[in-house]
Amino acid sequence: MTTPSMPQAGATLSGNKALQIEEPLIFEQDAAGRTAVDLPAVPQHQERLGGLKRKQAVGLPGLSEPQVVRHYTKLSQKNFAIDMNVYPLGSCTMKHNPRLNEKVARLPGIADLHPLQPVSTVQGALALIDRLAHWLKTLTNMPAVAMSPAAGAHGELCGIMTIRAALLAKGDARKRILVPESAHGTNPATAAACGYEVDPVPADDRGRVDLAAFKAKLGPDVAGTMITNPNTCGLFENDIIDIADAIHGVGGYFYCDGANFNAIVGRVRPGDLGVDAMHINLHKTFSTPHGGGGPGAGPVVLSAALAPYAPLPYVTHGPNGFDLKEQDDGGTAFGRLKGFHGQMGMFTRALSYILSHGSDGLRQASGDAVLNANYILAGLKETLTPAFSGTCMHEALFNDDFLQGTDVTTLDFAKAMIDEGYHPMTMYFPLVVHGALLMEPTETESKDGLDRYVEVVKGLAERAKAGDTAYFEGAPYHTPRRRLDETLAARQPILKWKPPVEKQAAE
Amino acid sequence: MRYLPLTEADRRVMLAKIGVPSIDSLYADVPSKALLKAPIADLPDHQGEIEVERQMQAFANQNLGTASCPSFLGAGAYRHHVPATVDYLIQRGEFLTSYTPYQPEVTQGTLQYLFEFQTQVALLTGMDVANASMYDGATSTCEAVQMANRITRRKKAVVSGGLHPHYHEVIATLAKFTGFEIVSPQPAPQGGEDLMAMVDKDTSCIVVQYPDVFGQVRDYTKLAEAAHAAGALLIVAVTEIVSLGLLTPPGDMGADIVTAEGQSLGNPLGFGGPYVGLFATRDKYLRQMPGRLAGQTVDAEGRRGWVLTLSTREQHIRREKATSNICTNSGLCALAFTIHLSLLGEAGLRQLAELNHAAASRLADRLSAIDGVDLQTPQFFNEFTLKLSKPAAKVVEELAQRRILGGVPVSRLWPGRPELENLLLVAATETVTDDDMAALETALKEVLR
Repeated sequence: MTTPSMPQAGATLSGNKALQIEEPLIFEQDAAGRTAVDLPAVPQHQERLGGLKRKQAVGLPGLSEPQVVRHYTKLSQKNFAIDMNVYPLGSCTMKHNPRLNEKVARLPGIADLHPLQPVSTVQGALALIDRLAHWLKTLTNMPAVAMSPAAGAHGELCGIMTIRAALLAKGDARKRILVPESAHGTNPATAAACGYEVDPVPADDRGRVDLAAFKAKLGPDVAGTMITNPNTCGLFENDIIDIADAIHGVGGYFYCDGANFNAIVGRVRPGDLGVDAMHINLHKTFSTPHGGGGPGAGPVVLSAALAPYAPLPYVTHGPNGFDLKEQDDGGTAFGRLKGFHGQMGMFTRALSYILSHGSDGLRQASGDAVLNANYILAGLKETLTPAFSGTCMHEALFNDDFLQGTDVTTLDFAKAMIDEGYHPMTMYFPLVVHGALLMEPTETESKDGLDRYVEVVKGLAERAKAGDTAYFEGAPYHTPRRRLDETLAARQPILKWKPPVEKQAAE
Repeated sequence: MRYLPLTEADRRVMLAKIGVPSIDSLYADVPSKALLKAPIADLPDHQGEIEVERQMQAFANQNLGTASCPSFLGAGAYRHHVPATVDYLIQRGEFLTSYTPYQPEVTQGTLQYLFEFQTQVALLTGMDVANASMYDGATSTCEAVQMANRITRRKKAVVSGGLHPHYHEVIATLAKFTGFEIVSPQPAPQGGEDLMAMVDKDTSCIVVQYPDVFGQVRDYTKLAEAAHAAGALLIVAVTEIVSLGLLTPPGDMGADIVTAEGQSLGNPLGFGGPYVGLFATRDKYLRQMPGRLAGQTVDAEGRRGWVLTLSTREQHIRREKATSNICTNSGLCALAFTIHLSLLGEAGLRQLAELNHAAASRLADRLSAIDGVDLQTPQFFNEFTLKLSKPAAKVVEELAQRRILGGVPVSRLWPGRPELENLLLVAATETVTDDDMAALETALKEVLR
């Protein structure tokens, strides 16, 4: 007989740590025949499956409702969220998600509409889309908007296809798209997906597009350029009007990546800068929830030159109210990007957010977002090393010079932030800054919250400089899991659960 | 403004610390002619919850919701009962307000449910591996064609006339811009298309729908064999995922890629989005897949955990050489899908699927007995095609005036084709009652009289 050993200090018998409770996979909680739904009995009917009835079980586990509720509640408790604390993930815009928006998106008469109901029965839905479109066009001073793209990258695809369609209508799609080196990865991926060659444009030493280098690359084979503004360094491209004029001068179009529109909404209208197309991430600027990686929505505002080529479907004003144009009838629409009409659930949330803020509130929100980022920059500029001098827009960018000689990497520093109760900043992006740390507080943070955040970041930087490298290399310590082996995951991919092979009973 | 924590006093202190006089001065890099000095005048100012809710309710009031009347609409989007648990759980802030799980130590919850989601999708479709979701069924199918083009290094897709025309149009749009070819027979509810006759040495894939857009269930086993013999892949698109609870999965028929619309599980109709695209394939094609993948690994203490993996396929690493430009996908819709399926389990899904089939089969009996109505699709799951004695669009409009959403006229999907004008797609799910069926039957008799 053996005596149970006492757990080590800090360790528990169960592996649980108070509120952090270990949770197996649903597949490991199966009992045959168990279900969490009580459905009516199946009535008598003629089976008409043409001999294709499933012969084998799917292999899904059976759980009861309380087990399912606990499973997902415990999983949720292993996540960081904007509902919890500062989430300064640069370029991702983690701002408060008002619950009013969730409520209205679930209203009967909106959530239960089928996309192919007769148009006469969905006049309110079309009016809602039209109202949101009006706001987007007015805030950007652009004459048209394509509402259907499902996310930012999908909006980019829409924009570049529109440009290609407009050029094809003139007889030549052209070959190259100019993309700054600091761009999001989606930009070059999108240009390539539309059949264009990506020609990278270097940044100057102020973190902006190098105007001279840009102009040197222009030519009659350039279809357009994709430029993020404010850019991924958190800076406004102050030559933006010259860039627009230059691209127009060779007959190309200006695609603006609107991922950072949240910094300027209500203050700068892209239509005043010479933009021909720009997607708006409703999940960034207009706060539809990120949901652990989507869904998003990426409407694309268009200039008069590009508007005729916008994809199907779109809402029109007809003699009997709103109409939905789903077919081209020999027009110039470039095609269709997804099933049905767009991310209606996101439109509803975004419009609710926009109406709540109003014209004055949206302007205040962008101003506060920029103020908060500059407050972080001012608080950290002596301890960390800003990537560029001067003020920033909605995000503060640092390089890793302040970690030189410490053996602490940007990744280690980010992991130590986790133990302090903060989501890390964006790391190693943009690529043009060494060991980049990109912090975007958004307008959601209070001054007190930012003061505490700045103190923690400064404290960690001082600890790194003091040579406590091992501490950083081991971080995080207090999370449900310590650092995860990403190399192993990629070398021996396990992408689904498989039933354990029964071990032979010992003799 | 209730969402903004900074007070005027805070702003003054913060501006002083930064060393600038005003927020406007932080916009000094903006060309002055483009900088607005005041809020845009022709838009209203901020409003409280009471006013906003009232306006949003007013939009809702102008619509006829499917939950408020007998409804038989399908054609790629289906009304199902979603258990109350689903919507409560997905609204937990830790799920709702979290970002893509790039920092795995603080997103184990998201990563574990994505791993479970991938497993469920692979099991349902009968495939080896599934990704963590795409935008919707149509874009997922389009990605599958591109993947087949990469794998086979060929540039021609043979697309069935039974594929949902929105899916077809999404593929055709991309084809037009990237220079691959699509060939397709005319849509024909009664089948008879010979897809192999269109296959040649340039064909990368054949795309079919299961059940097809008219509702007909077809066995694609022989088509898969023939496609493989010709060096092409078989892509099977499923627009009603509940069907796979009762039908032989495409993986068992030899499909190489299965794409699907996952809306039916966990997600409301929502006027067409956001939905969730499913994407599954064979292990041998894993590294050509688009989209995010959650994978199992261990942490520094040897405990099982989860990470996003094989991201060297993706745009944030590979940029212009990525397998797709997709970034944000449908995470929260995938969560709703996986919770609903966890609640159902094996037994619940089977029963749900049987209820759907029973409802549709009984409705088909009732409607096809009406004078001037012929059933066009003898084998179906929960949706079938009727040929009416009058143009279907007009019939649907008259039914809507009686507050019955009686189906989707095929002319809505393919306008301007006289041979399809009288065809009506009718779907019945577990939400349809006997009274609903009786109401449609009575009204249809009146309208066709």
